[in-house]
Amino acid sequence: MQDWTEINPLHLSRVEKKAWLLPQLNQLTQLHSENCERYANILNGTGLPLVASEFDDVPYLAARLFKLLRLSSVEEGDVFKTLTSSGTTSQVKSQIVLDKQTASLQTKVLVKLLSSITGKSRRPMLLVDRQGLTNDKSGFSARGAGVQGLSFLGRDHTYALNEDLTPNWERIDQFIEKYKGQSVLIFGFTFMVWQYFVTELLNRGDRSLFDNAILFHSGGWKKLQDKAVDNHTFKSTTREILGESAAIHNFYGMVEQIGSVFVECSHGHLHASAYSDIIIRNQNTLEPAAFGEQGQIQVMSFIPRSYPGHSILTEDLGRLLGEDDCSCGWKGCYFEVIGRLPKTEIRGCSDVF
Amino acid sequence: MNNTHKLVSAFESSLNIEAGLVVDSLEYNTIPQWDSVAHMVLIAGLEKEFGVLFDMDDIIEMSSVKIAKELLTKHGIEF
Repeated sequence: MQDWTEINPLHLSRVEKKAWLLPQLNQLTQLHSENCERYANILNGTGLPLVASEFDDVPYLAARLFKLLRLSSVEEGDVFKTLTSSGTTSQVKSQIVLDKQTASLQTKVLVKLLSSITGKSRRPMLLVDRQGLTNDKSGFSARGAGVQGLSFLGRDHTYALNEDLTPNWERIDQFIEKYKGQSVLIFGFTFMVWQYFVTELLNRGDRSLFDNAILFHSGGWKKLQDKAVDNHTFKSTTREILGESAAIHNFYGMVEQIGSVFVECSHGHLHASAYSDIIIRNQNTLEPAAFGEQGQIQVMSFIPRSYPGHSILTEDLGRLLGEDDCSCGWKGCYFEVIGRLPKTEIRGCSDVF
Repeated sequence: MNNTHKLVSAFESSLNIEAGLVVDSLEYNTIPQWDSVAHMVLIAGLEKEFGVLFDMDDIIEMSSVKIAKELLTKHGIEF
């Protein structure tokens, strides 16, 4: 089987991807059913075969199961870190158990994927977050893990915000002075980038600071929708500040599958890379939906080895737009995220299949 | 200060550990002081000390003191 590091993450066609990724997913189903009793019990209840012949047939767990149960496929002694979701929309946090191998694979895959866009040289990096975010070793949040993973892409890491999330103008101005006009890398969570960075710089009158900047941003749009800011407004306003040719990439990812994120292309579509795949399922029947049809998003990744999270039904709604034929040139399924499943429709845990 | 001393001192100050711990066999993520956060501090420390710039592959590959030396050698630093 081809080693993942030899694969060009955004240029693998459907046929090649199936030959590579599907066996990986089947191996993981097998691995977790042997090492995680709870997962094995759930699988047994469904009567599904361990080896799927199509992506559609790979068994999946409901994302909320990770809030209800600690699902681990490694011995307690091998647990390296437990990630928790930020828990902004719910009181109960997801728990993701990582061993060293999975934690390391998350970073490597994320860097391989994003560096296929940025190139391998590390750019000066502005992080739209507070400095202390990654300091707390015991409770590593998903946000902290995200910042940490992305920081491998940069150098001279500069945190743009104070502890109270106000802009740290001193640090921002030093960064601007040092790197004005250069191809810097900026990363932050979508809402924070908008609220604590773009809006603030816009008000201050900053314009065309970094013409060749690359901005990656991630996280939900809910708070921005409340402010009537859509992706188009986000991009055009951010380009006023950074420069017309700044590359702005949203990405979609779950705390359950850190590393194999879905990155937005130059045409504004989120793509599954070679390392992940996506299926849209009809909300009522849970059958795979056709292109263009709205449904619940299922995500698959070859990374999770320490917990059975390689195939997860999320509580997000989306729509598949096509596969392998996006005019941006990247391969893979491309799709859009529409929003969250309304609370009233969230299925009970007995409904995981 | 020769290059080995420089290397040990960069590890010592970046990771905040005793110089005695900085031996070839010391590996990333095997002591709490050398985690992914400290790794970026270490990278910056080594770059400053030796005047080199590592690319993304280098910093992912740098999983032990021994490999750090090999990567620096690749950048023209002799040990």
